[in-house]
Amino acid sequence: MRVFPTWKSAVTPRLRASVAGFLPVLLLVLLAGCAGEYPQSTIDPQTDFAEIIHGLYVSVFWWTMLILAIVWVALTVTLLRYRAKPGDGKPKQIRGHMGLEIGWTVGPALIVVAIAIPTIQAVFATQRPISEDALVVEVTGHRFWWEFHYPEQGVTTANELWLPVDRAITLRLGASDVIHSFWVPMLGGKRDLNPTVTVREGDEPKFNYLYFTPRETGLYLGQCAEFCGESHAFMAMRVKVVTDAEFEGWTEGWFASRGAAIPAAPAVGGGPTEEAAQEAQEAGVALQAAAPASSVDLDPLAVQGRDIFLNQATCGACHAVNGTAAQGRLGPDLTQFGLRTSLASGIMENTPENLAAWITDPWRFKAGANMPGTQYAMDSRIVSGTPFAWPATGLDDEQVRAVAAYLLSLK
Amino acid sequence: MSTATIEHAPAGHGAHTEPTGLWSWITTVDHKRIAIMYFLAATFFFFVGGVEALLIRIQLWNPEQAIFSAELYNQLFTMHGTTMVFLVAMPMAVAFFNYVVPLQIGARDVAFPRLNALSFWIFLFGGIYINLGWFIGAAPHASWVGYATLTSNAYSPGFNTDFWFIGLSIIGIASIAGGVNFITTIVNMRAPGMKMMRMPLFTWMTFVTSFLLITAIPVIAVALIFLGFDRTFGSVFFDPSMGGDPVLWQHLFWIFGHPEVYILILPSFGVISDVIPTFSKKPLFGYPIVVYAGILIGFIGWGVWSHHMFTTGLGPIADSFFVAATMIIAIPTGVKIFNWIATMWGGTIRFTTAMLFCVGLLVVFTVGGLSGIMHAAAPITLQQHDSYFVVAHFHYVIVGGAMMGLWAGLYYWFPKVTGRLLNETLGKWHFWTTMVGFNLTFFPMHFSGLYGMPRRIYTYSADLNVDLFNQLATIGAFIFGVSALIMVWNLWHSARKGEKAGANPWEAATLEWSIPSPPHHYNFPELPVVRSREPLWNDGEREEVLAATMLEPETEPVMPVPSYWPILLALSITVAWGLVMTGIWWVIVLGIIPVFFCTLMWAFQPAFPEGH
Repeated sequence: MRVFPTWKSAVTPRLRASVAGFLPVLLLVLLAGCAGEYPQSTIDPQTDFAEIIHGLYVSVFWWTMLILAIVWVALTVTLLRYRAKPGDGKPKQIRGHMGLEIGWTVGPALIVVAIAIPTIQAVFATQRPISEDALVVEVTGHRFWWEFHYPEQGVTTANELWLPVDRAITLRLGASDVIHSFWVPMLGGKRDLNPTVTVREGDEPKFNYLYFTPRETGLYLGQCAEFCGESHAFMAMRVKVVTDAEFEGWTEGWFASRGAAIPAAPAVGGGPTEEAAQEAQEAGVALQAAAPASSVDLDPLAVQGRDIFLNQATCGACHAVNGTAAQGRLGPDLTQFGLRTSLASGIMENTPENLAAWITDPWRFKAGANMPGTQYAMDSRIVSGTPFAWPATGLDDEQVRAVAAYLLSLK
Repeated sequence: MSTATIEHAPAGHGAHTEPTGLWSWITTVDHKRIAIMYFLAATFFFFVGGVEALLIRIQLWNPEQAIFSAELYNQLFTMHGTTMVFLVAMPMAVAFFNYVVPLQIGARDVAFPRLNALSFWIFLFGGIYINLGWFIGAAPHASWVGYATLTSNAYSPGFNTDFWFIGLSIIGIASIAGGVNFITTIVNMRAPGMKMMRMPLFTWMTFVTSFLLITAIPVIAVALIFLGFDRTFGSVFFDPSMGGDPVLWQHLFWIFGHPEVYILILPSFGVISDVIPTFSKKPLFGYPIVVYAGILIGFIGWGVWSHHMFTTGLGPIADSFFVAATMIIAIPTGVKIFNWIATMWGGTIRFTTAMLFCVGLLVVFTVGGLSGIMHAAAPITLQQHDSYFVVAHFHYVIVGGAMMGLWAGLYYWFPKVTGRLLNETLGKWHFWTTMVGFNLTFFPMHFSGLYGMPRRIYTYSADLNVDLFNQLATIGAFIFGVSALIMVWNLWHSARKGEKAGANPWEAATLEWSIPSPPHHYNFPELPVVRSREPLWNDGEREEVLAATMLEPETEPVMPVPSYWPILLALSITVAWGLVMTGIWWVIVLGIIPVFFCTLMWAFQPAFPEGH
């Protein structure tokens, strides 16, 4: 059994709670429940969708508190009042009371109706498109990362989703392998990503959809909420809600990346298939001959890294960088990688050191990741149901640093 | 009242007719011995599942901590869930069915004693089988719900999932056989005068639960066999690349899975419906309503399964239907709670440990029921589904509802089983450590869930700021673990040195308390005649009941003969199923031969001694 070292993070360890007894602890929990920052909170809604859910939650919460109070008070009064005392005789043998039975059937039934009506309204309100011209993003879940494709813009990215503020969003959700679930609590509820890109030819893929309008710019945290295997815990993501102008700039930057003049053909289906795997292998071979696509000023380390990335380690077999010969679709698209705040689907800060460590030994951070290390092959791991191996990259530390420098230069 | 009268009755006579020794337990068909074996096996698995839970809690003590690998952690939580549901809560309830139901209805055994033994041995071997994976480092790892396509050969290569689907298939046989047995027993073997509406509530809930068993278990059997075919013979029921559908698994699993929740909870409702009246000295308030509410829960329980699938994407029409059905089921559950409180109202309440556990159930189960109402509201579930909020919810329901009730039953019926009372001081320690440990473990999980911690993750980011809640939960889990040790110590200690109980230590009303503790192996010398719901509380009828149940019989009743074919058949069924793992058709066919052989030999062995 392989034991992995501690997951790296920029956040300092927090104070440990000291515990002195049950009631203080409960109090502490309640206090802690009201204080502090919770970046993945379900009760801090930042979209219309999340607000509908939160409003319903608050109303149901108070109904349940009312019922809880009634039951607990009735129970407490009964227990105190009728506890056995010395000299008690045989109590009156009462077998029931029809009026009471009707009362405590009808009462809860009315409460249930009071909860059910707004619930069903919310069910319908949250499952229809907000607007005709919503921004569509096709989300594909992979073990264990996220692919985001903007069909209108022709842009593909991974693990960090960019969204313009105050614009209706439609997420079309699918998966390439097992079921995942898209959950960014502040933006709203989760929805499963059922396997779609592996459906048989001719069958209709069963996409799910999420509809919301982000209200505030900012960085939102989320992660996969449906158990998807070994490194499910490490399938996190970040959502950047930005202004319209920033969003435009970002998509333009994607095409301008490394001097590419034309948009790449939009990826069809959005995920790897058996054919894609073969294409990727072929592409890997083709890359050997491909010349660097552009000659924008780079620092020498990054230039060396680009050469290793494209030609020596043939990373482009699985990864794509727009404007270069690297057009692999099995792994995350790395265009504008230098803009990402996090690494390996939101589990580490995107620093040169973390990136080098990841390229050297991805399994140290994410067991079961479909990526070779410098010293080990991809272990015939499973990609989309097709056994698929890739040899160890064999890079030394200097070369790894160069690749990291190249990737971080992609902005 | 009249305990004194009962203690004059001869106790322990007839022991000479009952064989002792290990072989007599292996071959026994006596429902009381089978019940004890069920209880011991379930308690053993309770500790296995409990240790798994503690390891989970150790791993989650700090964020970004890696004491275990992700793979081992996945095995731990998968086996924790599987064990606690299938190997602890269910068989623990079945232990009570076995011991109590025949005594409560005035029968000498269940309808099919040998089938009963088979059920136990199949459950035991199936439970061991699922756990075999631990010994080769390949315990099941795809979570207790085993969603496709994660369980396919592509994403779960190796034997892990094979142990899971084969083990659960084997155990399912035990549950179905048990359900058939108890329905037949309750319908056919009630003592004269024991009309359906005079049955004790525990027997009633056993009856309802048995129907759920024989209808729900076949659904998961179908799902597991589909999965087995997919994994072993290359069929594609759940494979979308060949036209299968992973969502089919979710439907099948939850069509079983939700009735399963009521399979876990209804026996416990039955227990406390008998215990509360005893310690309040009042008959159950609204008996027919409580019965009907139980039946209604059993029925509606079939129409709510998709509330486990609100995030699957079934569309607003389906979601709305399941919202409504789920909310409706809250009504009969609430009615039961109000009737229990009304039973105590106006009574004289004795706070024995059994009664404390009933009160504990009412306190904590209500919390779980109410968070269930939140989840019935589908949009809220979109946030809370698969988060720690849900983990908190179902532990409040299953531990706070099912297990609390079974512990109440343990303190209540232990004197009947052993003839000795469980120690009340240790019992109160057990109760209070359970309450503190349980709430400290699971209450903070509401918060970690609300703050976005998903379940089934082997570690969590420090960014989430949920360390405090996780550390409280870990502390609570260890206190909870201590409570289980206190319970076992109490069982061990009191079974030998406990205070003698006599026939009816609690002055209870139902038939099992009319016979000596422990009962003769044939239970009742003569079948009692029942004229009311509380035969032992109705003074006018007391003497008559006693005459029927306590006096020495002229000749001992003839009981079914012991048999070793149940254990052999159970073993051969387990082996035959296990060979499916090989995937070689002729090995599998060969494996079936001993099953046929044992079945035949079983059939040719007479049920009763020669000459009867």
